[in-house]
Amino acid sequence: MSTGLERDPAIELSDDDLEALLGDRALARDDHLNAPGFVVRPDDVQSVLSDLRDEAGFDHLANLTAQQYADRYESIYHLRKYADPTQEVSIVVPTTTDDPVSQSAEPVFRTADWHEREAFDLVGIDYEGHPDPRRILLPETWQGHPLSEDYNQEKPQLVTLSEHANPVQPDHHDDESDTMFLNIGPHHPATHGVLHIETVLDGETVVDVDPDIGYLHRCEEQMCQQGTYRHQIMPYPDRWDYVSAGLLNEWAYARTAEDLADIEVPEYAQVIRTMGAELCRIASHMLALATFALDVYGDFTAIFQYGMRDREVVQDILEDLTGQRLMFNYFRLGGVAWDLPEPRKEFIEKTRDFLDGLPAKVDEYHDLLTGNEIFQVRTHDTGILEPEVAKQYGCTGPVARGSGIDYDLRRDDPYGYYDNLEWDVVTEDGCDNYSRVLVRMQEVEESAKIIEQCLDLLEDWPEDERTVQSNVPRTLKPDADTEIYRAVEGAKGELGIYIRSDGTDKPGRFKIRSPCFHNLSALPEMSEGEYIPDLIASLGSLDIVLGEVDR
Amino acid sequence: MSSDQPRQSIYDSTAPSTDTRDSRIGEGADDRFNSKLREAFGSTPFILTKFDKFMNWVRGNSMFMLQFGIACCSIEMMHTYAIKHDLDRFGAGVPRASPRQADVMIVPGTIVSKFGPRMKRVYDQMPEPKFVVGMGSCTISGGPFQEGYNVVKGAEEIIPIDIHVPGCPPRPEALVYGIAKLQERIRNGESTPVVVKPYELEEFGDLPKDELVQKLADDIDEDDLVMRYNWADSP
Repeated sequence: MSTGLERDPAIELSDDDLEALLGDRALARDDHLNAPGFVVRPDDVQSVLSDLRDEAGFDHLANLTAQQYADRYESIYHLRKYADPTQEVSIVVPTTTDDPVSQSAEPVFRTADWHEREAFDLVGIDYEGHPDPRRILLPETWQGHPLSEDYNQEKPQLVTLSEHANPVQPDHHDDESDTMFLNIGPHHPATHGVLHIETVLDGETVVDVDPDIGYLHRCEEQMCQQGTYRHQIMPYPDRWDYVSAGLLNEWAYARTAEDLADIEVPEYAQVIRTMGAELCRIASHMLALATFALDVYGDFTAIFQYGMRDREVVQDILEDLTGQRLMFNYFRLGGVAWDLPEPRKEFIEKTRDFLDGLPAKVDEYHDLLTGNEIFQVRTHDTGILEPEVAKQYGCTGPVARGSGIDYDLRRDDPYGYYDNLEWDVVTEDGCDNYSRVLVRMQEVEESAKIIEQCLDLLEDWPEDERTVQSNVPRTLKPDADTEIYRAVEGAKGELGIYIRSDGTDKPGRFKIRSPCFHNLSALPEMSEGEYIPDLIASLGSLDIVLGEVDR
Repeated sequence: MSSDQPRQSIYDSTAPSTDTRDSRIGEGADDRFNSKLREAFGSTPFILTKFDKFMNWVRGNSMFMLQFGIACCSIEMMHTYAIKHDLDRFGAGVPRASPRQADVMIVPGTIVSKFGPRMKRVYDQMPEPKFVVGMGSCTISGGPFQEGYNVVKGAEEIIPIDIHVPGCPPRPEALVYGIAKLQERIRNGESTPVVVKPYELEEFGDLPKDELVQKLADDIDEDDLVMRYNWADSP
C-alpha cells in the first residue's frame, strides 16, 4: 500500500499531511499543548493507529489516557516516534456514557493490552476485541470504577484469597500433562516488592507467565487530582519510583505543570535540578545493580552491601541538598526550594570526592559482576528482548537501550540543562540481561560526567545571579480544557504525565505514564521458553519498582 | 506407666519442691507461670522467674526479621539492615525470606485492599511468639494516601502492631530506635493489647447476605476466604 507518505520516519510531517493521511476518519481537531489531536470514531481506532504507525512512523504508543466527562468517555492515545520523540500526535476517541465501547488497539500496539485493561478497571470503558478483558490493578471482585464520576468510595468491598487456576491445564486434559502452576509472590524476595507472577512450568521450563499487579495500587492519580498545582502535588511523585529517584519524578511533574501554566525556570535552578536528578539516577542504578546481584547470586553480603555503601554516600549528598534522604520534595514549580547548602565549598568538595572515588568503585563492580564468569554464564543470552518487540511494548530507558534502541529523552526531547553539557547516550546491542546491566553501569559513569560539569558551573556562578525560583502566582489556574502530555527520562525510562485542567486550581485529570508498567508487560516475551532462574534474572534486569507499576 | 501420662514421673520426682513453691505462693497462683518447663525444672519460684526473664532476654536479642518489602519504607529498611546502620549490631538483623522462620515482621509500606488478605496470611504463618513493627505513616493511618479508594487506613486494621515508627519514610536511625524499644518491651515481658477490631479472613458463606454478597454470589465459592472492607467505618 502506498499513499506517497512513506519516507524516513524522522522526517517531520505537518499537520496538513496528517490530516490528509487520516482523511475523513478525522472527525474534528482537538489539539493538545504538546501535539495535534484528532478525534476519531470508536470503530476506526485500529485503522487510524496502524496507518499512523506504518505510514507516518509513529511507532511508540507512549500512553493511553482514559477519562470521563459529563457527557462522554474519552480514550486518548498519545503517539510519538522512537526516532524523534518531539513529533507527537494524539488520537482522541470519544464514546457515549451509556454504552462506552471502543475498538481495542491491541492488534496494532501490544502495549495497549495492559493500558486498556487499566482504562476499563479505573474508568470503565470497554474495549471491543480485547484479548483479555480483566481488571488489572484492582481485585477481580471490585465493584464500580473508581475514577468514573458516580463512584462511591464509602461502599464496602470484598477481596478474595482463593487458589489461582492453572491457565494452561485445560489444554492438557490427558493424563500425560505435567505442567505445574507456581505462584511467585506477592511476598517473595525476588519480586522487588509486592509483585505476583503466575507461572506455569513444564519441568524447569517456563511455559506461561502472567504478572499480576495491583498489590501497591495507592491511588496516586486520585491523590494528584485532589491536590492543588502549586504545592500539594509535588510530594507525591517522590513516592512513585521510590528508589531515591525522587528528583527525576518531581521533574516530570515540574516539567508538565510548568509547560501547562507557562512558567519560566531560571537557568541557575535548571543546573541544580540537573545535578540533583543525575545524583538520583546514580542512586537508583546502584540499587538496581545491588538487587540484581541478590537475584542472580543470592548474594546478601558482598555486592548488595557494596551497592548500599555507595547509595549511602549519594543519599548523604542529597540530604545535604534537599533535607531528606528519600522523599525530597525539593522541586518547586518555577525552580527549586533553596540554594546549595552553606558552606557551598564544602558541599561541592564532598560531591567531588564522591565523583573522584566512583571510577574505582565501578571497577570493583566490574570485577565482581560483569567480569565474573558465573555471572556471564547466567546472564549472557538470557532474557532476550528484540528491539522490535521492545517497541511494541513501549519499553524505554535502560531496558530499551539494552536492546539497541537509541532513545533517551534527555537528548531527544531536551529539557533542563542537558543540552549544554557533554555526555553520551549509552546503548548496547546484546538485547539480553547482560546488556541491560552494562547499560546501567555505563550510565552511572555518564551521570558522573554530567554532575562534574554542573558542579563546575555552580562553583563559578556569579553570586548575584543565583535565582533559585521565578515568580509564580500563589494560586495557579490554567485555562479550562488545556491538555498536555510531557515526559522526562526517569531512572527507568520515559516517565510522562498527562494533565487536563478544568479551570480550577486542581487538575481535572492527572494520568501517569509509568515506564516500569510498560517494561514489566514485556516480561512474558522475555522469559517464556527459558528456565525459571532466568525468569528471576530477567525480572531483576527490568529493574521495576512496584510503586511506579501500580501507582 | 501409660504413655498418656508422660509427665507423671516428673511430677513425682519434683513433689518436694512443688510443695515448697505452693506453700510460698499459695493457692490460685497465676496460670501463666505453670508451664511444663517449670514443672520439669521443679525449682523454686526465684529461679523460675529468672528463667522467664532469661527467655525474654534471648527472644529480644536474637530476633529474625521477615524479609518483607512493600513500598518506599522498604528501601530505608534495607539501608537499616545494610552497612553503616547495620541492625545486626543490636541482635536483630537476620532477614529471613520465609515467615515460618521469622519472629518479627516489619511492615514497611502502604497496605492496599488487594494485599490485605495476603499480609494477614503471611502474619498467620509466623510462629508464636511474634511481633510486628509498623514502619512509616502508611501503617499508622494510610499516611499520605489515606483518602485513597483502595488504601487500608493503617496496618492495624488487619494485624496487631507492637511498635509504630512514624515518618515518611522514617530514617534508619528511627527504625533502629523502634526496634530497640521493641526489644525493651520483650525483655520486660510486655505484650500489646489489640485496640482495633481487625479485618478478618472469613469464609464467603459466613458473611451476612447483604447487597454486595448477593451480587458476588455467583463468582465466589461458599468456602473461599474473603476479606470484607467496610470503608465507611474506617477511622
